[in-house]
Formats: sequence, structure tokens, C-alpha cells
Amino acid sequence: MSRLGNLGARLYRGEVGYDFVAKRRIWYGVSILITITAIVGLAVRGLNMGIEFKGGAVFTTPKVEVSVSQAQEIAEEASGHQAIVQELGTGGMRIQVSELDTAQADQVQTELAEELGVERDSVNAELVGPSWGEQIANKAWTGLGVFMILVVIYLAIAFEWRMAVAALIALIHDITITVGVYALVGFEVTPGTVIGLLTILGYSLYDTVVVFDSLKESSKDITKQTRWTYGEIANRSINSTLVRSINTTVVALLPVAGLLFIGGGVLGAGMLNDISLSLFVGLAAGAYSSIFIATPLVADLKEREPQIKALRKRVLAKRAAAAAKGEPRPGDQSPDADGELLDPAPAAAVVGPRGRGRGRPTGRR
Amino acid sequence: MAAPNRGRKPTGAQGRPGRSLVLILIALVALTGGMFWSGQLTPRLGIDLAGGTTITLEAKNQPGAPNAINETNMNTAVGIIERRVNGLGVSEAEVQTQGDRNIIVNIPKGTDSQQARKQVGTTAQLYFRPVLAVAPGGPAGEEPAPSPSASASGEPEDGASASPDTATEGTPESGAPSAEPTASPTTQGRAVTEGLKAPAASPSASASEEPKPSESPEPSASASTDPADDQASADLQKRFTELDCTDDAVRGTLGDGVKPGDTTIACGTNSAGQWEKYILGPAEVDGRDVDDAQGELDQQRGLWKVTMEFTEEGAKKFSTITSRLSQQQPPMNQFAIVLDGEVVSAPQVNQTLSANAEITGDFTQESAQDLGNILSYGALPLSFEEASVTTVTAALGGEQLRAGLIAGAIGLALVVLYLVVYYRGLAFIAILSLLVSAAMTYTIMALLGPGIGFALNLPAVCGAIVAIGITADSFIVYFERIRDEIREGRTLRPAVERAWPRARRTILVSDFVSFLAAAVLFIVTVGKVQGFAFTLGLTTLLDVVVVFFFTKPLMTLLARRPFFSGGHPWSGLDPQRLGAKPPLRRGRRVSVPTDPKEA
Repeated sequence: MSRLGNLGARLYRGEVGYDFVAKRRIWYGVSILITITAIVGLAVRGLNMGIEFKGGAVFTTPKVEVSVSQAQEIAEEASGHQAIVQELGTGGMRIQVSELDTAQADQVQTELAEELGVERDSVNAELVGPSWGEQIANKAWTGLGVFMILVVIYLAIAFEWRMAVAALIALIHDITITVGVYALVGFEVTPGTVIGLLTILGYSLYDTVVVFDSLKESSKDITKQTRWTYGEIANRSINSTLVRSINTTVVALLPVAGLLFIGGGVLGAGMLNDISLSLFVGLAAGAYSSIFIATPLVADLKEREPQIKALRKRVLAKRAAAAAKGEPRPGDQSPDADGELLDPAPAAAVVGPRGRGRGRPTGRR
Repeated sequence: MAAPNRGRKPTGAQGRPGRSLVLILIALVALTGGMFWSGQLTPRLGIDLAGGTTITLEAKNQPGAPNAINETNMNTAVGIIERRVNGLGVSEAEVQTQGDRNIIVNIPKGTDSQQARKQVGTTAQLYFRPVLAVAPGGPAGEEPAPSPSASASGEPEDGASASPDTATEGTPESGAPSAEPTASPTTQGRAVTEGLKAPAASPSASASEEPKPSESPEPSASASTDPADDQASADLQKRFTELDCTDDAVRGTLGDGVKPGDTTIACGTNSAGQWEKYILGPAEVDGRDVDDAQGELDQQRGLWKVTMEFTEEGAKKFSTITSRLSQQQPPMNQFAIVLDGEVVSAPQVNQTLSANAEITGDFTQESAQDLGNILSYGALPLSFEEASVTTVTAALGGEQLRAGLIAGAIGLALVVLYLVVYYRGLAFIAILSLLVSAAMTYTIMALLGPGIGFALNLPAVCGAIVAIGITADSFIVYFERIRDEIREGRTLRPAVERAWPRARRTILVSDFVSFLAAAVLFIVTVGKVQGFAFTLGLTTLLDVVVVFFFTKPLMTLLARRPFFSGGHPWSGLDPQRLGAKPPLRRGRRVSVPTDPKEA
């Protein structure tokens, strides 16, 4: 732990750190590649929609004596439709029959119970009409749309529009990746998956917002100094909140992992499993995007601003001059994570006045 | 929690951490007390955890009525479905709208789900049928005893075979309405009197209006010639004889598969609340023919009555049936108003009636208004389709509950473990805060059960588990801030206060986003997603409460303890481990003004 603690301290002081912003093109590339793969996977393989979206029935039986293939035969015979049978951790069976109308399902349930040698009333049944899934999906899309609009508005007010745009891109990125993973791996999409997916919205942004918050604070007086470019400040923000980002992701993933373990291991399939699976994938994507995509994107957008461009010029010019004089480049040290550029902390106190002295006049031009 | 504001001076709990702690303690005690007071010690469980059946109905668009799916119609439908479900003797069944076009029916375990589904899903089932025979509702002996009151003459057996003649031949007498003025007191206690007199429609015209049974056996005109029909009629007679209206299960299945054109048997209660059984002819008027109906007080006589208005077509049909029935002997001069297979009223007809009619008898205000509602809305105002039906056995429900709890326990244990390893002594504060948060969530959930009908379902459990992460994250944000301040070389107490305003802002902003997601989900989505969104939103709110009123004050208090302020290696705040700046520099910084200059 002490090592980890030290790492935290060194990250904090900028003694170590990864230059996320400078290497952003690599990560953009990686993300574009993943996104393209996801989209291709979606286009080619499509999503494996569950019964809830297609209409049909899912029967869950208590422990039965027959094998999976036997159960499948029985189910297909009873229903006259294709059946998918999974064995559950409890020894029971999960039998999915697609295209079964809710009225027929009753009869099929009775027959199934008889053939499998279990009580009719001990069979759990989920019967879904064909239009239900469509309704859920429509609502989910509406929810997604409304949420995105609200969040963009909120972030634009609380931070600025550039951050809102970057957050939105990161959000779309996360969802695309999650959906792509579902298409490529062929996981079944159920309402549980949709719940998970929609939760990712909140989580992905949650993470991003923390980094943005730190960035906003550090870049507050950015034009009044000439030591750092916006990109560098952004990078420091990522690094200084890195420990928190990692901790948050771990802490968020741990309960989800518990759910996944229990949902998948004990119950075999169902709501718990579906929610936790999509959460797991989405959370991982969300943590990645808030660090590698969202903040570098903000830096990119910001660097287009004339003020920030000018700052960059000044900073680079100053560094060139310093290099010519043989002075150590101030870039070797870093600003406080809190971004209190004029903070009285010793490191800043040493260089601060100098930076201020030279930076201000230009800043006020 | 709008735009994050820079709070420079730590405010709030700094000076009086004890007060906040006491406040939250009071809140906790109040919540727990409320929980015990309401007697609801556990959150109400949803169908998927307790077992039972959930039926989701989706209103279908009807051609020609684009705006039919509106709040009024949905609420009316809920009321009717509720009555139907409760008619099954189901206690605690829940019928509620969800979204703008769905009705959710939750039926707890122990109810025949198939029967319930039939009751719930079906739509238009209000019919006016001629009464062929009446008998007391109990299981009869060999021969059904004629209803003592209603049938002055005519054996039910006769009625069964004879009256369908009149129904199907479509030759109601077109005789002048008999001018008998009012109700004849029967045990049914109801009689139709004339509202507005209208000339009877010609027999032939009205005959064509009558629903023509297509393939149903007609124990009718051909009864004497066709042995098959004879058989059917005898079967019906036999069933009638055996029918026991006092048996709920029998009644529930009675109306199954009966077509409007069939001659059938049915049950109903008379005004004294006793069951009676009927043989009924083919339906001649249905619920759609009734334009409007209501229970009103007859000012002149001081009696409650039900007035009906028919549609144009309905009026024709109704005058046909009444003109015919008024010529019959009791009990065949009655028509039965049959709702969902059950006779809700069986008034006698004394004259031909038309567009407006009223039913009088010993109604109470309630029964008159009820009948009025049934007549006007008896058919659901909308047609519904079963969007999904989920039946969960109590066994699976229990298993899912257990699995959810185990998953929660594992998740919580892992988080606690991680916190202890990473934050050491600070984890104590985090764990206590998590516990407070958990206790508040639990009690509020338990209280919301009776309060707003909140039921804990599996997605809600998932939401609560996922929320562990969100709640723990707030502590992480704060702790990391404190550690950053210590790395700056500050001692703990100022570090705790300086870290707070910034951590607070971050927590508010991120919790706001999370809450926004939950709120949008809750408002826009349907079904299980709502349960999830609700818990997520609730826990996010509680997270803010706990961090503000518990974690921060506790931190302030504990920062005074030597264990933490001294930077004990196990406190999680050991400056050396955190890599704080060397004391040499710290000494130097004393000369620097400590108040940060923030331009």
C-alpha cells in the first residue's frame, strides 16, 4: 500500500505520469478502431435479441431429471416452435420458446410440466407479446435522447460547451463499444441489458465529470501564466485524479462483479446476470473513455480557442528562450493538481512570481 | 446543486460537527421509529421476489378513435380491472397505470394466475340477455326449483327449451306497450319502467339487428326436430342443475368460451345478496349499444334508480327485446345485464322501451351508481393486449431474493475490503457512512411500501447494489482530496477543512449527473427499469445527505483524535506514506502567507 500511496503522491506532484494528452492521437486511433469494429460487428452479426424483444415465452423449471437436449425436444414438440434450453445452477432448466403467443403459452406450459415431470405451478413463466420489446426499446431510446440533451445542457452550464461536447462523444463511444461487445460476443439482449446500458450513462459521465471538475479548477487562471499550455494542464488533471478514477472504477466494479458472479454462477441466467454484464462492460469502457478520450478531446477543442492558442505560443516561446539561456525548463516540474497556479506551495512559490511577472502583461494584451 | 461554485471557506458542519451528527441520528431514529410504528419492518417485496404473477397490459390503438388512449380512459380501465381482479377474491392485488399506455396488474402468489389472466385481459363483455330461467344459486337437487319469487309460472325446464324460440326466431310481439306503470316488487327488486316511450320497431327490422349466432348450438326453433340440439339443451339443463353459484371457482370458469350468441348459464346476486343462477338466451344488446348510464336519485319518489341511454342502433335492439319480453310470463319477462359472465342485474320488463330507460328497485346510492358505471363502462373503454405475463413461483422468488442479498453482501464485503486495504483507518469512516446510508435506504424503502406502494423487485435490488459504488465513491473523492492536502504538507485538521469545499463540489456535480440519469430513466421508461431507476435515484440522494451530514462531521471530529491527526501508520493518513513534502519545506512555508491567493 505504501508503494501505492507513494505512487499517488508522485502522480499528484507530477513526478510520474502518463502523457495522456500528448499521446491522444494513439488513443483516438485505438478508440476509432474499437468503434469501427463494434459498428461492423453490429452490422454483420446484429444483436442477439432476447425473448423479451421478439415475443415468446421463457419457462424456468425447478430441478428436473431430463437432459438439456431432451428438454429441448420436449419443448419443441409441445410448442411447435424452436426452443433454446439452458441448464441452471439449481439443476433446473431455462427454456425459451420464441414466437409463442401469450394465449398459446399456457397450454405449452401445462404440456411442458407434464412431460418434464414437474408440477405445473412450479414452473415460472414469462410470456411476452411481440410489441412489448418494441415499447421497451422505444422508451429506452427516448430516455437516452432526453438524458443526453439534459446532460449536455447541464454540463454546458456547469462547465462549458466544449466539455459537454467531449462528454457526449465519450458517452456515445461507451455505448457503442458496449453494444458492439454484445454484438460480437453474442450475449443476449434483454430488458436487463437495457437497464445496465442506461445506467452506464450515469456512471460514465460521473467519472468524466470528476476529471472535468479538476480540469476546470486548474485551468481557471490559465491565461495569467505562461508556464503551461492547456493540454499540459489537462494532462495534469487526468493524472492527479487518476488514483481516484482507478479507485472509483474498482469500487464500482466490485459490487457489479459480485452480482455477475452470483447472477451467472448461482442463478445461471436472468435479470441479475444481464444487468451486471452490461454494467461490467460499460463501466470498463466508461473509465477508459473519461481518461483517454473525454479530457484529451476537451484539450483539443480548447486549443482552438484564440486565447489558448496565444497562450500556447507564449509558453513555447518562453520555453525556447529558457532553453537558449540554459535554464532548466519549467516543464520538468508541474503545477499543483489543484491547479492553484498561484498557490503558495513551495514549488510554485519559487517559480510563481517569475511566471506571474512575465505572464501577466502578455495575458492582458 | 447548480453550477459548481467555488466555496473557499469551509462552511456548514465545520464548527459544529456534533450537531450534524445528532441531526442524522435523529433522522435515523425517526425513520426506524416510523418503520416500527407502521408495522412494516421489511420492504414490501415485488412479485419477482415474493412470487406471483405480473401482467402488463398495453392499450391498443383503435381505428377511428385516435385519442382514445388518454388518462381518463386508462383510469377507468384500471378501476374496472381492479374490480374484476378483486372479484376473484384476491387480496392485495395491485392494478396501476404505468407510462401512458400500460396497466400493470400484480397478483400475489396463491392465486390462480390463469383465471386472473382471463379476467384481466378480456375487454368488452357487457351483454343484455333474456332470462330463460332463474333458480337459487346453490347446488340444486334433481330438479331446479323455480325461483320462488320471480317465476310465478313455468318450469325452468320449459324455459330452457321454449324461450330460445322467441329469441332466435326473432318474432317479438309488436303489441302495444302495456301501460303498467311501475316496478313490481320482486326479490330481484328491480323493474324497468319506461323513460321515454317510443314506437316499437318493426319485428322484421329488429330481427336483423340481433346478433346471429353462427355456429353455436341453438336449443331453439329446431329443438324439437334436431336431436343434437336437443342434446345440447339437455346438457345445458344438466349443467344448470348442477351449477353451484356459491363456489367461487365454479363461477370463475362459468363464462369461459361462451359466445354472445350462445344460450348459457350464469350467476348473479339478488338485492338481498344471495346467489341466484340463470339460464340466459343469446345476447341481444351489448355494452356498446349503451350510450350512457348513471345512477340517480328519483326526486319525486326519493328512490335511487339507474337511467340508461342507448345509441340509435341500441335503442332499436332494446325496444325489440323489451317489447318481446314484456309479453312473457315471469321469469321470462326479465332481461339480465351480464358483465363478464356474471349477472349484475336482472330487471323485469313491463313495457316496450326504447332509447331511454330506467331501472328502478331497491337500489342504494352505491348500488345504483355501481350499476350505472357498469352499464356505461362495463366494457373497458380501451382494448388491451397482454404485453407480458410473468409468473414467478414463490420458490424462485425466494431464490432470487437470496441471490440478490448474497450478491449485495459479496459486493459490500469486497468494497469494504478494498477500502480497508487502501484507506486503512479512514475506511472506518467510510464503512460507518455506508452503514448509515444502508440503514436509511432500508428504512425508507420499508416506509415507502405502505406509503407510495413501493415494492422492492429484483432490478431495485440491483440498483441498490450498484449504488454501493456510487456512495463509496463520494468518500473516495473526499479522502483523496484530504490526502492531497496532506501531501501539500498540511496537518490533518486544516487539510480536512480545506479539502471539503472542493470535494463537496465534485460530489454534488457527479451525484447530480447520476441523479439526472435515474430521474430520466424513471420518468421515461416502463416496467422493471423503473424499479431500478427509483432505487438508484433514492440512494444517490441519500448519498448526498450522508456525506454532508455524517461523513464530513465525523471526519472533522475524528481529525481531532491523535490516532488520525498524529498520522498513525494505520490511520491511512500517515504523511510519510502519503509522500508528503519534507518537513524542511513545511517549515519554510510557515513564512509564506497561508491563505491561498486565488485570483
